[in-house]
Amino acid sequence: MKGIVLGQYYPADSVIHRLDPRIKIILALIYIVCSFLCRNIFSFVLLFMSSIVLILVSRIPLKIVFRSLRAIIFIMLFTAVLNVFWTKGEPENLLVSWKFINIYTEGIYNAVFIVVRIVSMIIGSSIFMTYTTTPIQLTDGIERLLSPLKKLHVPVHEFAMMMTIALRFIPIIVEETQKIMSAQKARGADFSSGSLMKRAKALVPVLIPLFISAFRRAGDLATAMTCRCYRGGKGRTKMTVLKCRARDYVMLAVSAAFTAAVVVINIYSFGYTM
Amino acid sequence: MAYIKISDLNFSYRDDDGNFIPVLKDISLEIEKGEYIAVLGHNGSGKSTLAKLLNMVIDDYEGMTGKIEINGKDITSPEITEDEIYELRKDVGMVFQNPDNQLVATIVEEDVAFGPENLGLPREEIRRRVDDALATVGMSEYARHEPHRLSGGQKQRVAIAGIIAMMPECMIFDESTAMLDPIGRKEVIETIEKLNRERHITVLSITHYMDEAVRAGRVIVLNDGNILLDGTPSYIFSKPDLLREAGLDLPQCADLMLRLKKRGIPLEGDFNTPEQCVRSLLNALHK
Repeated sequence: MKGIVLGQYYPADSVIHRLDPRIKIILALIYIVCSFLCRNIFSFVLLFMSSIVLILVSRIPLKIVFRSLRAIIFIMLFTAVLNVFWTKGEPENLLVSWKFINIYTEGIYNAVFIVVRIVSMIIGSSIFMTYTTTPIQLTDGIERLLSPLKKLHVPVHEFAMMMTIALRFIPIIVEETQKIMSAQKARGADFSSGSLMKRAKALVPVLIPLFISAFRRAGDLATAMTCRCYRGGKGRTKMTVLKCRARDYVMLAVSAAFTAAVVVINIYSFGYTM
Repeated sequence: MAYIKISDLNFSYRDDDGNFIPVLKDISLEIEKGEYIAVLGHNGSGKSTLAKLLNMVIDDYEGMTGKIEINGKDITSPEITEDEIYELRKDVGMVFQNPDNQLVATIVEEDVAFGPENLGLPREEIRRRVDDALATVGMSEYARHEPHRLSGGQKQRVAIAGIIAMMPECMIFDESTAMLDPIGRKEVIETIEKLNRERHITVLSITHYMDEAVRAGRVIVLNDGNILLDGTPSYIFSKPDLLREAGLDLPQCADLMLRLKKRGIPLEGDFNTPEQCVRSLLNALHK
């Protein structure tokens, strides 16, 4: 179980990989907002092209990007079909009319727009966050971004610490689960046959020892952390400090320009507007 | 003055029914700065409780009487402040049995930095200490690795580095080698010895491996909460009957030599390591 990789991080050396995680979170949010701002064919073409540029720049193989899109293909088809049949357009744009089904040109447009929006949103946010940022960087970035909330007594540090510990212990718990399952199999347990109910019941003897051991680990870890002078986020310093570099500001400027472009295109509503 | 001074320490745990179960009975002990001490004892002899008391990491102190002074400060007094306890934990570092359960971060150097970060040190100082600590335990090349990909011995060395980075005066190893394979144990023991030798860190190593106790300067044997024996390894191993009473066995070579001696073979010197035994046997043969 030594090969376990958390999340979908794809190790590569690209400009996007090297960006400050805080900036990447902000960029992902801007990108999602932009995908909702798009209203006409030009802005959607721009959005779609920017997604392709992102894939190329981040050096994430297309195969991997498609894999994550495949997971939501049903949602995309479903919304597309809904839009085709349920959009009511101008009477002169009626394409097909059969019994109670009326399909308008607007419906086709909407369906295509929605699919492009979802695809770009997924590509944009996963390229900025999951593919190019390790979970620990992401946690760190979220902690720093939310640190102003500490003034409102939001336990930001504690939340980040919990995330870090969870990430640290996932491989250990996975390994332990496999050990316990092997041990139970050696005693004649059967996890792979029978009804769903029966299989769920077979997992009980795995879960109980797993929980007991997890609680024991938690106790041990708490003691070890206390011994290492941990007392929450108060008075704590950090060895690694995130620093925005020139490329981070450039990327922010690019995304601002992109947002402006989308807004301007929307104002001069070319062609059909959603 | 002794660095750690324990006087008339009694400690009892409370069981589920609220009854006190004595674990440590009238322990009095003095430990000097720079000593390398092994604490031996079978399971339930109270050795882990003693270690935890030295760092004040036990939940319930109701069953405790007596006094523990570290560096002249009475840590058991009710007036001790939270800050003084943190100061104590900085000076007396603890390394536990299971390396997985004491590493916090997902990257080796981040974990080593955890202690110094808690102390609120400036960034450059933390960086310097982390690099230095990793170099001391010989794990510098693994600084950017993930702990779960390391071997047991390597993980335990990272845990030790995490304590060294806090620059303690004393380190307590609570069965830190018990879960390791022979290679991992050797790595960890050599690291511990190096710390004691080169950094003059006072070491209190709790173990049930006889061959680890042999390497210490002083051995304390606990049995049912009492100090049964306290002295140099040679002195301890000259009392095989008492050791057996504490549920411990002599190292094989010392056992052999004592049996030969009983048969009237004139053997002299220490019998702690195989090398010493060979020398003593050769001397006896040449006579």
